[in-house]
Amino acid sequence: MRQFDRRLAYHFDWLLLALTLTIVGIGVTTIYSATAAHEKGSFVGNPLVVRQLAFSAAGFVGLVFTVFFDYRRVERYAYVVYALGVVLLTLVPFIGSVGGGARRWINLGLFSVQPSELIKICLVIALARYFHRARATGDCGLVDVLPAFVLLGVPAALILAQPDLGTVGVLAIACVSVLFFAGLRMRVFVLLGAVGGAVVPLLWGHLKPYQQQRVLTFLSPEMDPLGAGYHVIQSKIAIGSGLFWGKGFLQGTQNKLNFLPEQHTDFIFSVFAEEWGYVGSLVLLALYAAFIIRGLQIASRAKDRFGALLVFGIVSIVFWQAVINVGMTTGVLPVVGIPLPFFSYGGSSLTVLMVATGLIINVNMRRFLF
Amino acid sequence: MNVLGARREVPSEFRRRLSIALGVVGVLFGLTVVRLWHLQISEGDHYGFLSENNRIRLKRVRATRGTIVDRRGQVLVDNRPSFDLVLVPEDTNNVPRTLAAVARVLGTDAGSFEAAVTAARNRPAFEEVVLFRDLDWESIAKIETHQFELPGVSVQVGPRRTYPLGHAAAHLLGYVGEVNQQELSARKGYHMGDLIGKAGAERYWESELRGLDGGQQVEVDAVGRKLRVLSEVDEVPGNTLVLSLDRDLQLVAEDAMGDRDGAIVALDARNGEVLAMVSRPAFDPNVFARGIKGAEWNAMVQDRKHPLNSKAVQGTYPPGSTFKVIMAAAALEEGVITPFTSIFCGGGIWFGNRTFRCWRKGGHGSVNLHEALVRSCDVFFYQVGQRLGVDAIAEYSHRFGLGAPSGITLENESGGIIPSSAWKRQRFGEPWYPGETLSVAIGQGYVTSTPLQLANMIAAVANGGTVYRPQFVKRVETADGSLVFEQGPERTRELGFKQSTLLQIRQALSDVVNSDRGTGSNSRLTTIEVGGKTGTAQASKAGGERSKQHGWSREKRDHAWFVAFAPVSAPEIAIAVLAEHAGEHGGTVAAPIARKVLARYFGLPDEDEAVMREAAVVPVDEDDMPLMVAALTGGGR
Repeated sequence: MRQFDRRLAYHFDWLLLALTLTIVGIGVTTIYSATAAHEKGSFVGNPLVVRQLAFSAAGFVGLVFTVFFDYRRVERYAYVVYALGVVLLTLVPFIGSVGGGARRWINLGLFSVQPSELIKICLVIALARYFHRARATGDCGLVDVLPAFVLLGVPAALILAQPDLGTVGVLAIACVSVLFFAGLRMRVFVLLGAVGGAVVPLLWGHLKPYQQQRVLTFLSPEMDPLGAGYHVIQSKIAIGSGLFWGKGFLQGTQNKLNFLPEQHTDFIFSVFAEEWGYVGSLVLLALYAAFIIRGLQIASRAKDRFGALLVFGIVSIVFWQAVINVGMTTGVLPVVGIPLPFFSYGGSSLTVLMVATGLIINVNMRRFLF
Repeated sequence: MNVLGARREVPSEFRRRLSIALGVVGVLFGLTVVRLWHLQISEGDHYGFLSENNRIRLKRVRATRGTIVDRRGQVLVDNRPSFDLVLVPEDTNNVPRTLAAVARVLGTDAGSFEAAVTAARNRPAFEEVVLFRDLDWESIAKIETHQFELPGVSVQVGPRRTYPLGHAAAHLLGYVGEVNQQELSARKGYHMGDLIGKAGAERYWESELRGLDGGQQVEVDAVGRKLRVLSEVDEVPGNTLVLSLDRDLQLVAEDAMGDRDGAIVALDARNGEVLAMVSRPAFDPNVFARGIKGAEWNAMVQDRKHPLNSKAVQGTYPPGSTFKVIMAAAALEEGVITPFTSIFCGGGIWFGNRTFRCWRKGGHGSVNLHEALVRSCDVFFYQVGQRLGVDAIAEYSHRFGLGAPSGITLENESGGIIPSSAWKRQRFGEPWYPGETLSVAIGQGYVTSTPLQLANMIAAVANGGTVYRPQFVKRVETADGSLVFEQGPERTRELGFKQSTLLQIRQALSDVVNSDRGTGSNSRLTTIEVGGKTGTAQASKAGGERSKQHGWSREKRDHAWFVAFAPVSAPEIAIAVLAEHAGEHGGTVAAPIARKVLARYFGLPDEDEAVMREAAVVPVDEDDMPLMVAALTGGGR
């Protein structure tokens, strides 16, 4: 690595860092509120809070570390990073541990990692590299799409087996987003959409009724009135009862009930919205919007296509997860188990996203350097 | 640093796509904001109302446990409604006052209610606490009329297990109880307060009987009373177990046992189906269904007669002379004797350093195998045992299913012990002494088996050499009667003997019952030819003849055995009767019990008196072998 350029410091994006840390901070306090009824101890005595703080500290260290080297090194090792992510995913069925009905975690003793969170960023890196090298200019046709689909397909198949349909959906939508940003011709988009639109009903017709039923309950478990359906109702009650100003910190009542097994992970937004009301929800959404808009700006100003695609991919992951998660908790989207980025309890997701934020800052810093 | 292909520009390429992306972000965030406005502002008051006191709740609807019926569909285990008094502590702002009010309404003391609430303090929020089970009608009426003084209190209907047969077949049917902490963590889908099979069929067939809980999403009022059901999932009732048991035969068997301790196992000799299974002393499973009290439980566990243990499948006893059936088969198959080999019994033999005596002091004179079985001559089988050696005896015993659990679908089945030289080396680190083989030859020494194993053994003799896995569940049906699966007969093994071997044994066993020399004439039926073998098993070293005196403590008295099958020409039923610590002989105690069961099976009147008169010849003192026991303990007499 060449000598650290002092210009870099001037272009360090403090805004993005501040947005990230603010969202993480609100997330940790909400995790405390969501679990205070069940976990004994004060704020610093709450094991979930402590773990989340530890992971955000680790994520911060990762973020700083990521900033210090040139992101084009990431490009060089893009496929290696991707391959490592896939290898970890492959290990899950053999050495993984089960939680919530699916085998997703690899236990490392002190903590466990969730390779499906890791692979989201790995995939974006690999796609950015592929479209950077394959097409110097933004005009991709059908042929360029196939390798991208292979890159998507391998981890998607592995995650589908866990099973975790939600994460597969995020991978797919991130892949499509990168394709779009890389300049896939509109015609190809339309063609792919048409093919998809034609194949799905065809496949659907071939399924037996009980298989269709299975797919339906998997896609929208809220049809189960005793399971997710009940969770969604309680989530809507929690959010709705927050009214304009909210019930106040630690004053939420819905989260005291055992209605959600995931009130500190997938349904953390309902806890937040109950306590902070419409105002708080808008502020939180504004923070996400600011992060995303800032990210898009950085993507468009990046010095090279790799940087631009990388940043766009990361931002799209944050964006889609935020929208899907809030849509899920407000009862407009199926309950598919997508965490709220930077906010939900979960070490792998948080750490990976913070490191990814480091990459965005990295790309922004080096746009003047070469 | 010229690796980067696209060093020209970038912005221009992405500008249009960036604005599309921003558009997508704007639209979706906008929709989210609208959705939140809808929930938190437009509908906010409605949701705010629902959030008070958890207005929308899930109520679990417990699945009705499957019933158990006999081979003719007669009910053995059933459910009846039970009205339980429950409280949701969150629905009252003053729990002690509410409990006091309940006590006042019912005219009882609030202490037990408070204890119930305290015991359930770790339950999830809004889960009910059962204050009292099985309210009577009067109490229900009182609670209903005072319900507005009793916030959070309600009466809940739930199925309660009943066992109309009471003590009869209690060990086979088993009982249910509330899940304990261990079971909760080990099995999925159980909640605090759920019932689970704890013993017998209830336990082994739990997954069939349990069914699938349903639930209701209900809206409740401020004190937790159900306003309406929003949506629900129906419960799936548990499956019905159709047993091979014959309820009437079971009751006759229970009756025949009188107040004796012991066990009866009756099998269909043709397929291993259990027709009746008695174990005494028994318990009343209804006591468990209503919730057993600590003192009652302790009394049962500490009872020296172990009423909770199934003597039929868990109790192991020396088989005594019934073991001679196996000895006879082994001897004929191994060729150490022929049916014509004759051995002189002078009342005992000298072996090693001491005398092994025959139960009949004067001896039996010269006997062949047939006579030795009919008159249960010990000396004959001492000789046969010496010729076979312990390992051959063990091999044949194993073939008949002794020394290993039979595989009946009940927990904790015992396998009994069949000693061999290898077994003794492993167990005691000692070689096998030839003298020990003599004890084994007459079913004493280390040999033990369960009543079920002996019934299965005699069934194999009866049916021509097939050992079946004993089964008591014929089929499983859903609650509305469609078949889930049918349990066909399962062969454990074929004995693979010459047909003549078992034929000769069956003829001898027929004479045990039907000749006047035989020891089992007390089981004789008028129109059906019964074959059987008596046995008297020493329960303690100091047992023997003296134990008949009632001054002896119960534990030291001998066990009385009788194994039988009928009809001899085409056997249908096989039976083993054990009278524990009877202090008398198999022929006098166990055989009459077997006769009553067999008579019922063949639809004959109970010929008690008639047969007693006819079979008056049974020499009470000379029935079986207990004298040799004294010889053993006498050590070298």
